[in-house]
Amino acid sequence: MSPMGLWIGFTTLLCKEIRRFTRIWLQTLLPPVITTTLYFLIFGNLIGPRIGEMEGYRYMDFIVPGLIIMAVITNSYANVSSSFFSARFQRFVEEMMVSPMPPWVMLIGYTCGGLARGMVVGVVVTVVSLFFSQLQIHNLGVVLSVVVLTSILFSLAGFSNGLFARNFDDISIIPIFVLTPLTYLGGVFYSIRLLPEFWQTLSLANPILYMINAFRYGFLGISDISLPLSYAMIVGFILILFGVNLALLNRGYRMRS
Amino acid sequence: MEPALTVNKITKSYENGTRALRGLSFKVENGDFYALLGPNGAGKSTLIGIITSLVNKTRGEVKVFGYDTDLHPAESKSRLGLVPQEVNFSIFETPMQILINQAGYYGIPRSLANAKSEEYLHTLGLWEQRNTIGRNLSGGMKRRLLIARALVHHPQLLILDEPTAGVDIEIRRSMWSFLREINAAGTTIILTTHYLEEAEHLCRNIGIIDHGKLIHNTSMKSLLMKLGNETFILDLDQPLTALPSIDHYPLRQIDSTTLEVDVDRKRGLNPLFAALLAHSINVTSLRNKANRLEELFIKIVSENSDGMGSNP
Repeated sequence: MSPMGLWIGFTTLLCKEIRRFTRIWLQTLLPPVITTTLYFLIFGNLIGPRIGEMEGYRYMDFIVPGLIIMAVITNSYANVSSSFFSARFQRFVEEMMVSPMPPWVMLIGYTCGGLARGMVVGVVVTVVSLFFSQLQIHNLGVVLSVVVLTSILFSLAGFSNGLFARNFDDISIIPIFVLTPLTYLGGVFYSIRLLPEFWQTLSLANPILYMINAFRYGFLGISDISLPLSYAMIVGFILILFGVNLALLNRGYRMRS
Repeated sequence: MEPALTVNKITKSYENGTRALRGLSFKVENGDFYALLGPNGAGKSTLIGIITSLVNKTRGEVKVFGYDTDLHPAESKSRLGLVPQEVNFSIFETPMQILINQAGYYGIPRSLANAKSEEYLHTLGLWEQRNTIGRNLSGGMKRRLLIARALVHHPQLLILDEPTAGVDIEIRRSMWSFLREINAAGTTIILTTHYLEEAEHLCRNIGIIDHGKLIHNTSMKSLLMKLGNETFILDLDQPLTALPSIDHYPLRQIDSTTLEVDVDRKRGLNPLFAALLAHSINVTSLRNKANRLEELFIKIVSENSDGMGSNP
C-alpha cells in the first residue's frame, strides 16, 4: 500500500472509532462527567475541608489532576477493549483482515481512537473541575505530554484485553479487578508520603502511580516520583504493549484459526 | 498471463488434530466463473479462509494473480474480494458507512469511495436503505450488502462463499444475473454453494472437494457428460388408460396424467417421443426430476466416501 493508502486506511478506522463513541455518548462521554462531578462534590467539597491541606495545597486542588487522569485512563482503556472485542465478536474485524491494510495501521488506528475518547473525556472533566477548583498549570508541556502518553498506554492495554478476551465478562474483569484498584491506590486521593514505609515501597510497583504524579506535577509542580522516571515508565510500557500487540496481531492471535 | 488463483499443495491441520485440507492444488484462470463444491465439512470454507488470510495454513502456497499471499499480502489482498458465508458487518452502521469504510481500508480516497458506494448501493438495490442501520436490514438486503462491500474496491477476483443461502428465489435470480454481468465485465469469480442448480447455471468450471482433497477439477460440461442417466417427468394431455412398455425407456406412472422415465443420455429423447406418439400418448411438457449436477454430485461424493472408507 502506498503511504497515502496507509493514511486513508488509518483515518478511516480513526473516524469510525470516533463516530462510534460519539454515537453512544450517553454510555461513553456522560458517565465520566457524572462520576467525576460526584468525586468533586463528595471528596472535594464535603470531605475535603475537614482534611485540610495536602502537600501544601487545598485537598480539592490536590485531587483534581488525579481525577482527570483517572477518567482518561478508564475511558481510553474501555474504548479500545470494548470496540476491538466487539469487532472480533461480531466478526467485522474481518473487514480489515481481508484488506491490504497492515496490522500496525490497525493497531495505531484503534489506539488513536482510544486516545481521542481519552482526550475528549479529559477536556470535559477538566471543564467540570473548573466549577470546583481554581485550576493552575505549572508546566503545560508536562500536562499535555503525560496525558497523551498515558492515554496511548491504556489504549494499548485495552487493545490487549480486547485481543485476549473470550467473552464480554473478560472485558469488564480487568477494569474492575485490576485497573480501578491500581488507580485508587496510585495516589489520586493522597500522597504516598502519608503511607508507612512498607506501603510506600509497595506503591512504587504500581505503574499508575507514576502517571498520576507526573500529571500532578504538570498542574501543581509537586510529585512523589521523579519526572524522568515517570516518563521512562510510561514510554517503556507503551513500547512493550505496542510490540506485544503487534506480534499477536501479525500472528492473527484469537482472530485467525 | 498469470492465473487468477494458484493453490499449491495446501495443507491445514487444526490443533485438535483435524486435517481439513490434505495437499490440495488447483488453478483458476483469469475470467473464469468457477464452482467450488463439496459436502459440509469438506474443507471449502477453510480453503477460502486461507486464500483470504482469515485462516493460517499449515503448509503450501497461495498466489493471487501471481502474488504470493505470504510474501506480497498487500498486492494479493487488493485484488481479492470476499463475500463471506455469514453476515459480518457492524450491525450499528449504515450500508453507506460500511461501504465507505471498506473502501478506506483499501486506501481508496473518500471522494472515490463515496462514488463507488453510491454506484453499488444503486446496482444492488440498497439505495433506499443507505442510511438504515445494518441491524434493521432484511436477510436479502444483508446478503446484497455483503456483495456490494466485496466489490467496492473493484477486485479482480471475487470469492463468494454461499452468497445466496437463505435468500428467496427472486433475489437469488437477480444476484445471478448481476454476477454474470460482472463476470462478463472481466471479474474472475469463485462460487461455493449448496444450490447445485446455481453452480450449473453460472459456472464454467468446477472443483469438488471432499475430505480435504480435490476429487474433481474439470469443466462443467465435461462433468455433466459423465451423467449416464437422467430422470424426466412427463405431463400428458389425456389420462393414461394403460402403461405402455417401451424398449430401453422404463416408464413409471405417477398419476393418471404424469409419467416418470429414466433416459440414457446416449439414446436421447426422440425415440421415446416417437414411441409414445405411436401409443397415442401426447406429452404436453417435461422437466428433470432432479438437478443434473445434484445427481452427479451425490454420486461422486458417495463414491469418494466409499473409497475413503476402504482406504482410511
